[in-house]
Amino acid sequence: MTERDDLIRETPETDVFASFEGDLPTIGRRSSPGRLLRRYLPAFIAFLTVILVWEGLTRLLGVESFVLSKPSEILTSFTETFTTIWGAGMRTLLEAATGFVIGTSLAVATSLAAARWVGFRDGMLPIAIALNATPIAALAPIFNSWFGLTNPFSKMAVVAVVVYFPVMINTTRGLLEVDPAELELMRSMAATPAEVTRRIRIPRALPYFFSSIKVASVLSLIAAIIAEYFGGPQNVLGQYIVNRAQLFQFPDAWAAILVASILGVTFYLLILLAERRLMPWHVSFRSSD
Amino acid sequence: MSSSVVEARGVGKTFGTGDGQIVALSGIDLQIHQGDFISLIGPSGCGKSTLLRLIGDLVSPTTGTLVVNGKTPGQARLDRDYGIVFQSATLLDWRSVQKNVELPLEIMDFPSEERPARAREMLDLVQLDAFADHFPWQLSGGMQQRVAIARALAFRPSLLLMDEPFGALDEMTREAMQQEVLRVWRETGTSVVFVTHSIPEAVFLSTRVVVMSPRPGHISDEIVVDLPRQRDQDTREQSKYFDLVIEVREALRKGEKGGGAL
Ligand SMILES: Nc1ncnc2c1ncn2[C@@H]1O[C@H](COP(=O)(O)OP(=O)(O)OP(=O)(O)O)[C@@H](O)[C@H]1O
Ligand SMILES: [Mg+2]
Repeated sequence: MTERDDLIRETPETDVFASFEGDLPTIGRRSSPGRLLRRYLPAFIAFLTVILVWEGLTRLLGVESFVLSKPSEILTSFTETFTTIWGAGMRTLLEAATGFVIGTSLAVATSLAAARWVGFRDGMLPIAIALNATPIAALAPIFNSWFGLTNPFSKMAVVAVVVYFPVMINTTRGLLEVDPAELELMRSMAATPAEVTRRIRIPRALPYFFSSIKVASVLSLIAAIIAEYFGGPQNVLGQYIVNRAQLFQFPDAWAAILVASILGVTFYLLILLAERRLMPWHVSFRSSD
Repeated sequence: MSSSVVEARGVGKTFGTGDGQIVALSGIDLQIHQGDFISLIGPSGCGKSTLLRLIGDLVSPTTGTLVVNGKTPGQARLDRDYGIVFQSATLLDWRSVQKNVELPLEIMDFPSEERPARAREMLDLVQLDAFADHFPWQLSGGMQQRVAIARALAFRPSLLLMDEPFGALDEMTREAMQQEVLRVWRETGTSVVFVTHSIPEAVFLSTRVVVMSPRPGHISDEIVVDLPRQRDQDTREQSKYFDLVIEVREALRKGEKGGGAL
């Protein structure tokens, strides 16, 4: 029992929001508004403090807008340009989300193959790990020339490649790291390899899979915006930020970054929700009451 | 009553190769008949679990021949001839208690409308019907072990292999479970191979106690328990029962001393 607990707790939680997760409402526990408020109050106060200090310091020290825009300026720009930046945000999100789905699907397919065929795994994994360490966003200009500068698929392809490797490597690891006792149990019941995959490997791999797609969700938006920096249609976040910065309209650029950040966090939280629905058994969600 | 469920001739098992070799078992001759209740008893490391796993085709013998239900152990496993309860419960965390018991039924393609009722029946048997919807990590170690027993029985195998299934139970639950296993055994005609460290438990349950000794693991004695099949609390107070307990204890002590001699 303890061995298996350890196995689960070892799940890679490399994502930036990991420490935040424990604070989310636990399944099966009713979260009263008061309780929620108390839980999020410190984070909210910290956020407000940062904004106020930022505003105060930029005013006090007379920091120029091109160095660091004031939160108040950014907010004004945000409301004034909202339809433009939100539209740009949606187009960027579409690239990110499509790339994410393509990359994740390919990664899962590869992982299942790698878990099934040892030869495939031994051939593929070292290459994958090497490629994972390469800054893949640098492929953007190449994809632009392959698929066309204005074709959104050239951005989706960058996202897909960026997402592919971490998801593939982690999911494969999860599929392979199963308790030998569970494999023995399945063997005693003369279960086929497909049954073992379905009933043991996939449930065991889910925590790894979700950890990796949480990271990938954030990466996908970063990758899409970076890919956009390398050129293409103007009505997307990356190009908007570049253009406004070139025109010294820094509050506008910051407002667009704010949109990117809102989209990133939303994407991440959606996956967190899906995780909770699909793995209610997981140790990290067990209520301690 | 004479057909052989398990027939071992000169079975040996060596783990590892070269310098790291461990001879877990050597020269095992054992015959188990239909309807037998066999206990394997012996000091830790003498190869009880290994013998059970050989019968279940979870490891293969290095030497000798082993026949299970008239077939190779591999074929018996593929035919789902046996159910096994491991030393640790090995329940799947992501399945409720009920779903854990249904696992073999799913794998063995039992009709889906039959599975829940059958799982319930098994949970009744181990007195965990109230916990059907709980998850394994919400149960005590002993309760988990009972779920594992229910799971092994769910598809009504003709042979039941149990590796210290009651090790984690308190004395009262243990005695109740012993009664239950005896009842299942009498009612279903299942043959049982039961590993235990408890001499009274071995005598109370078995038709025959197989005493094993270490270095290398071998069978040092077999004691036929000629108590009636119908056993209850009174059985534990019969002098015949006490005599048998003493006989097994002495056989164990002798095996311990003469361990390396064979
Ligand atoms: N997979 C394995 N690889 C190597 N050695 C093993 C393996 N399984 C068992 N052994 C060795 O075989 C011997 C017998 O082990 P086994 O588990 O059968 O003992 P046991 O009688 O069941 O002991 P216990 O009462 O402690 O459960 C031990 O010396 C053990 O180290
Ligand atoms: Mg053992």
